Amino acid sequence: MRYFPLMFRNAVRNRRRSVLTVCSVAASLCLLGVLMAIYHAFFLSSPTAEQELRLVTRNRISLANPMPVSYKQKIQQVPGVREVIIYQWFGGVYKDPKNIFARFATEPERFLTIYPEYKVPQEQKTAWQRERTACLIGEEIARKYNLKLGDRMTLVGDIFPVTLEFTVRAIFDYKPANEAMFFHIDYLFESLNKRRSDFAGTFVILADAPGNVPRIAQQIDDQFRNSTIQTRTESERAFQLSFVSFLGNVKMFLLIVCAAVTFTILLVTANTMAMSVRERIREVGILKTLGYSSRISLAIVLGEAALLSLAGGLLGWALAAGMTWVIRQGPGFFAELKTLVITGPVAVVLLVVAVLIGVISSFIPALSASRTNILDSLRYNG
Amino acid sequence: MAIPLSYNLRNLTVRRTTTLMTALGIALTVSVLLAVLALVSGLQNAFQTTGHPLNVLVTRKGSNAELNSNFQRTQYQDLKFKPGIARDSKGEPMASLEMVTVIVLEQAGSDEQSNITVRGMTPVGLTLRDGLQLESGRWFAPGRREAVVGSSLTKRFGQAQIGRKMRFGRAEWDIVGVMKQGNSATNSEIWADLNQLSADYDRVDVLSSALVRATDAAGVQALINDLKADQRLNVDALTEKSYYEQQTVSALPVQFLGMFVAAVMAVGSCFAAMNTMYASVARRAREVGTLRVLGFSKGSILLSFFLESILLSVLGGVIGILLVLPLNNITTGIGSFVTFSEIAFNFRITPMIMIAGVSFAVIMGAIGGILPAGSAARKEILTALREG
Repeated sequence: MRYFPLMFRNAVRNRRRSVLTVCSVAASLCLLGVLMAIYHAFFLSSPTAEQELRLVTRNRISLANPMPVSYKQKIQQVPGVREVIIYQWFGGVYKDPKNIFARFATEPERFLTIYPEYKVPQEQKTAWQRERTACLIGEEIARKYNLKLGDRMTLVGDIFPVTLEFTVRAIFDYKPANEAMFFHIDYLFESLNKRRSDFAGTFVILADAPGNVPRIAQQIDDQFRNSTIQTRTESERAFQLSFVSFLGNVKMFLLIVCAAVTFTILLVTANTMAMSVRERIREVGILKTLGYSSRISLAIVLGEAALLSLAGGLLGWALAAGMTWVIRQGPGFFAELKTLVITGPVAVVLLVVAVLIGVISSFIPALSASRTNILDSLRYNG
Repeated sequence: MAIPLSYNLRNLTVRRTTTLMTALGIALTVSVLLAVLALVSGLQNAFQTTGHPLNVLVTRKGSNAELNSNFQRTQYQDLKFKPGIARDSKGEPMASLEMVTVIVLEQAGSDEQSNITVRGMTPVGLTLRDGLQLESGRWFAPGRREAVVGSSLTKRFGQAQIGRKMRFGRAEWDIVGVMKQGNSATNSEIWADLNQLSADYDRVDVLSSALVRATDAAGVQALINDLKADQRLNVDALTEKSYYEQQTVSALPVQFLGMFVAAVMAVGSCFAAMNTMYASVARRAREVGTLRVLGFSKGSILLSFFLESILLSVLGGVIGILLVLPLNNITTGIGSFVTFSEIAFNFRITPMIMIAGVSFAVIMGAIGGILPAGSAARKEILTALREG
């Protein structure tokens, strides 16, 4: 620690180069931070307590194929199932096809029991449940389209050939899902002709304990194994991830890009460090003349590199935090992106990567500098 | 008078390690951008080569995709004899009633699953697809649970092989053939007999769409207008080509993410290039002074250092292209939110993409090089000679 002022002085001596190095490391680390945060949010973060209890059942063939409503009773009988609701994607158009938010037909009586994290005032909740044409919308939709309680909304169906009129009766606030709308499935069934009113796109199930989730999933699927329409039941989290894989192999893409970015920072810092160490050779000789050991002079050079890249890491962290804010404001197709933050573990990894890169990149030039004998290094003019 | 380019080339080769490292940094940035562009270009190619210019796709009014169209058999009966629809050699109208659904297949060698389009067809449907070929096996027989798979599927899914079976609808279907139609989306589909498939799904009367052939190019728009205006039919119509072209938006999320990554990496690489060039200028202060004494103007010094930076970045761009070339023709898949299923396509690194990569590198080099080149040009002769 005694040598810290010296390392610091060395680091800021060539100000322009230090600033450029820090900026370049920061740009790369910012990117690495955002990508790691996305990877973490999608593939590593543990589900919330509410999510852990939920399962989704869909038609084994695909989401586009419905299941009969009668499946609900059979699912309800599986031990460990507390609640089951129909959860039907409606699609459709609200005013303009560019107005994109999720619209679902479901069963309001039990919807909020299954999704307790959707906060709705009690009187709005009952108003929504009581009225057949009532709808529940997310706070962000209310803001974006300037909707208040009591306002009317019209959806023109595309999957379903109907036009539905709604009254906004409740507004919920749950950050990850604020761009969604929910209404009565019975209203949809009644609006369609008889022949088409027996279908459910998915069932959402509330289990009694997280430990029972795998067994319940297995039991539901076993029950329909020999039916014409087979099911596929998985945890809510796994269900959501299947949408991510729909975009292509996102996991692989993120990993490859992270690797490329890390390698690029390594190159950049190694390059700068090599340049600054070359200038430092004569000074290392002087230090040694003054009686410093090779090890300490090595440590001083390594420390300087670590300082620079740590500064880059901190700046990168700040930039990445800003970037996630921008992403959070974007369209909300994935709850994970609506709540993207640089979490503690990601920040730690980021700073560790920064310091490691600084040390690794300067190790070889620093080692050769500290090994040069005093006479040669004093003679060196680089 | 300009300083010869060989001066810059020599400089870059003398400081080999520094040059290579900076160039590699630029190269990685370029290769990330190129990989994304190659993916988008492959997908566009697949969608744009799908569809015959004279084919018109007819769906229920209000639906935006075949999958949710619910086109009725009775609508087809009325549609078939519309004027403006071409006739085949036997005098039959070239109009194909089709049913589309989606099934899930397991990817070979992983536990990932993909949604795949299954299309019910009649013989007339095959005649509407120009360039359609049977790669091996035979076509499905009417009234049997037989299916033909697209050629891209055979590579990606273990089940999609001749002689194997697939389970969908009410029972197992025999795979009897492999088909291919250029690079089109057809290669990612499974086709089977319309009547058997619709019976299996209880959809004998409610199918998905009709594909009709207009008599000539001039008649396409007229046919579309005529169909749309027909109150009794109540359908939407658009050319098969534009239906597929609008699906290229499926690549937008990946495209956006890739562009973002490339842009941020480019910022980093610009700083790195700037650093290298500043160091290079500092180390050659005496050389700059000498050049000035020899009579080279400030402008030519500026140009020389600037060109050196460009050279460095072009090297990076070329390495970036080399890094990304192995991706060419690798097959991958992406989900389309219109068909709700996956389309397989190949990464395509076209000459245009390579040019884009080098230009991107040159932009990085130019931004990184302009300031250091300026500082070299501004050096006073005497101080420059005394430096270093």
